[in-house]
Amino acid sequence: MSDVKSVLFGPILSNNPIALQILGICSALAVTSSLSVSLVMAIALTLVTAFSNFFIAIIRNHIPNSIRIIVQMIIIASLVIVVDQVLKAFAYEISKQLSVFVGLIITNCIVMGRAEAFAMKNGPGMSFLDGIGNGLGYSAMLIVVAFFRELLGAGKLFGVEIFATVQNGGWYQPNGLMLLPPSAFFVIGLVIWALRAYKTEQVEEPEFKIAANSRSQEAL
Amino acid sequence: MASSNDSIKKTIIVALSLCLVCSIFVAAAAVGLKPIQNTNKDLDRKRNILSAAGMLDPSKSVDEIFESVETRIVNLQTGEFATQAELDDAGIKASTFDQKAAAKDPSLSISLKGSDPAGIKRRSNFSAVYLVKSGDNIDRIILPVHGYGLWSTMYGFMALKNDFNTVIGFGFYDQAETPGLGGEVDNPNWKALWKGKEVYNDQGQAVIELAKGGVDSSDPNASHKVDGLSGATLTSRGVTHLVQYWLGKEGFGPFLSHLRSEGVQ
Repeated sequence: MSDVKSVLFGPILSNNPIALQILGICSALAVTSSLSVSLVMAIALTLVTAFSNFFIAIIRNHIPNSIRIIVQMIIIASLVIVVDQVLKAFAYEISKQLSVFVGLIITNCIVMGRAEAFAMKNGPGMSFLDGIGNGLGYSAMLIVVAFFRELLGAGKLFGVEIFATVQNGGWYQPNGLMLLPPSAFFVIGLVIWALRAYKTEQVEEPEFKIAANSRSQEAL
Repeated sequence: MASSNDSIKKTIIVALSLCLVCSIFVAAAAVGLKPIQNTNKDLDRKRNILSAAGMLDPSKSVDEIFESVETRIVNLQTGEFATQAELDDAGIKASTFDQKAAAKDPSLSISLKGSDPAGIKRRSNFSAVYLVKSGDNIDRIILPVHGYGLWSTMYGFMALKNDFNTVIGFGFYDQAETPGLGGEVDNPNWKALWKGKEVYNDQGQAVIELAKGGVDSSDPNASHKVDGLSGATLTSRGVTHLVQYWLGKEGFGPFLSHLRSEGVQ
């Protein structure tokens, strides 16, 4: 039971795929400029990770080692295409906004990483939960980033105005940088900082130590 | 067991059967969901036409309102409504006409090499236009326009009053400009600025443009100018070019001047 719990909820804080493993950054930069889009992306990625883990775990004992990665890619790619088609049919507006990024789930490192690291060694049930768990970790991060980017960049949350912006006659001058992908780097960096301050075991050993200044004159 | 997985026979069997299963799965999803997707696309297009014309009404469904809109095909070379013979010749129907596909078909389009301000490479010889009539007269007309911005081809609709000069509304339904900068072409406040602007000057040239730094109200040409988008010079330039191109003599210009002088049959 505790196993299930750690597989499912571990990736949210203590083993977050974005914050600790630094995987899946590319899409976290691209789609987080608004909350609703991030939410759909998070759901899509969670489903794809869960089901690709599931199917790969089912056939894991029959996958020839030499074409392992290709087999994983085929399964992931098929699932992504299906998700894309479903979005186009049932959430047309959002699929227009996500445009190419749904297709890019195929190359999302989290999906491949979990397939290779977990699903190849564990049963289908556990692998499915692992996929959901890592999807949740990704989702949590995406939603935090999107929250700050949409609020500070557009003064809105889920498209509803929170801060009245200057353009609409209010007081808030939106920060245009927050709408551009690089701002996600700053937000993710700050979140990682906060997370590691809270869970100090995530702090990595420094690779080298900076030597102390031997003569104060050199520093001036 | 683990070692037999790596035999050539097993490798080929696994690869083939996996591909087969996956392709059936993908094909089923694509084919099965196609009708719903097409309805969505159609609905989206209609909603945008109505939104440009300022006719959206939350209490009625889009299809219901769209019944009052008449779709006609215009021959851009002659500047007249396409005759039935021309349509039969080209094998197109007003209800199913796909301008994007037609612009790719060499027999239905012309290449714009050399003079291509809107950055669209090929222009279809025919274009759909949407008429809203009151009685026998045109009340407003909605024209599809498109052109290149900074990153993407922007597709939109422009609605004109029945003087075929004054803008009722303008908006894009498909664009991928920078969110927050060029993407502000979707901002309702900016779109509202177009209302009441005039496209043509006294010489009949399409001169409407986006003005960098905003429109000075004392400018005698202020009625032909719309505020540019701040931080999006190239998108603004793209919008200016595409509007001037499509309403100019290469686009709907001759058609609109026919309408102005002759009315509609």
